[in-house]
Amino acid sequence: MFEPRIICFLCTWCAGAGADLAGTSRLEYTPNGVNIRFMCSGRIDPEHVLWAFGKGADGVLIGGCHPGDCHYMDGNYKTMARVALLSRLLDDFGINRARLRLEWISAAEGAKFASVMNDFTEKLRSLGPMKPATREMAR
Amino acid sequence: MGKPKVAFYWAASCGGCEIAVLDIGDRLPVLAEAADIIFWPCAMDVKYDDLRAMEDDFIDVCLFNGAIRNSENEEMAGLLRKKSKILVAYGSCAHEGCIPGLANLVSEEDILDRSYISAPSVENPGNVLPEVKTETPEGELELPELYDTVYTLDQVVDVDYYVPGCPPVADRTWEVLEAILDGTLPGKGNVVGAGSKIVCDECSLEKKETGISGFVRPHLLEPEPDRCLLEQGVYCAGIGTRSGCGALCPSVGMPCRGCYGAPPGVFDQGAKIVSALGSIIDSTDPDETDAIMSGIPCPAGLFYRFSLPHSILRRKITDGYED
Repeated sequence: MFEPRIICFLCTWCAGAGADLAGTSRLEYTPNGVNIRFMCSGRIDPEHVLWAFGKGADGVLIGGCHPGDCHYMDGNYKTMARVALLSRLLDDFGINRARLRLEWISAAEGAKFASVMNDFTEKLRSLGPMKPATREMAR
Repeated sequence: MGKPKVAFYWAASCGGCEIAVLDIGDRLPVLAEAADIIFWPCAMDVKYDDLRAMEDDFIDVCLFNGAIRNSENEEMAGLLRKKSKILVAYGSCAHEGCIPGLANLVSEEDILDRSYISAPSVENPGNVLPEVKTETPEGELELPELYDTVYTLDQVVDVDYYVPGCPPVADRTWEVLEAILDGTLPGKGNVVGAGSKIVCDECSLEKKETGISGFVRPHLLEPEPDRCLLEQGVYCAGIGTRSGCGALCPSVGMPCRGCYGAPPGVFDQGAKIVSALGSIIDSTDPDETDAIMSGIPCPAGLFYRFSLPHSILRRKITDGYED
């Protein structure tokens, strides 16, 4: 079975703490993700996401605090707007926008983190691996 | 030591960079006095064999404009690298790929089909496409091979300096030429003839720090004068573009198109523009935010208008991709 590689960019206060809770609660979920913590989802740069895809990630998950709950007031609203635009950019590059997923996960939602990872892994399995951009890129 | 020997060359470009060199105007005789221009196909009668006959490192400085998109471009880039002590990527095409680089949003097949078969003004009943080698009764003819992907100069050879701009403005070009003549160029790998901030820093239009509640295309709006165009909803690339031009376009009411490329510290200009636009949207509702962003047609073409080959992804995935 195809095992997708997923890069998870998580804010430290909500989604990152939610991922921790999933672990400390001993919830079982797919081991396909690599978590990278940021202080705020608003610090996650579209460059980070493109580097992940450019280096061969099959999917990217961005996790932040629920709207209204951002530790820094409005960082997650900036993330929301960036992901809306970045998804359109991925369309233009021929990358299925379903490979980029934005989820609001609170520090209490360990179960949600686990189910998001399971669901995302399944979706990426059906999409298949990311293709290298072009036959000539190896030059 | 004699006068420095200078060369100019063009690869995949429009010729605007050649005009940009001429644009230094009455300083041109100063250049001709201070340096020997020994190779400049646009302005002088020279042959490639003259260049091949030179010793390695014979040319002191070569200003190379144009992107690399066929085998001739690549061969000349390699040859000029070998013959030049200092190779400068002059202008946006050599620096970041520029307008020719937008070809990376389609495949080689699409380009050939559009140019030679499907464009309305083309009459080509036999669907003849250019071939690298063609047999004729007189012998074999050879054309350069078109590449599937457009490359920047530094993706095919080692580059010493970069001069951004489409085209570089005359005063910045002269600064670079002066630095070459005086031997005051900074360390290798630097961007020269440009600023170290973004275009907004040089722009005189007033910013009021207001959010955007919708984008409007420039021809559909009569902008309020002296007011930031982006804040009026016109997409302006100044927020993600290196300074140096003096904010020429916004100062006459046209939004910045982004030709000076990625600002210092940024690799991917388009990603930074996404980041910057995302932080000034005046909405907290997901559907409304999405609707506002849908007002930007073809984000890749707009945000990477001058830098697609230099971006992280470099080109559209066109090779058997089924997403």
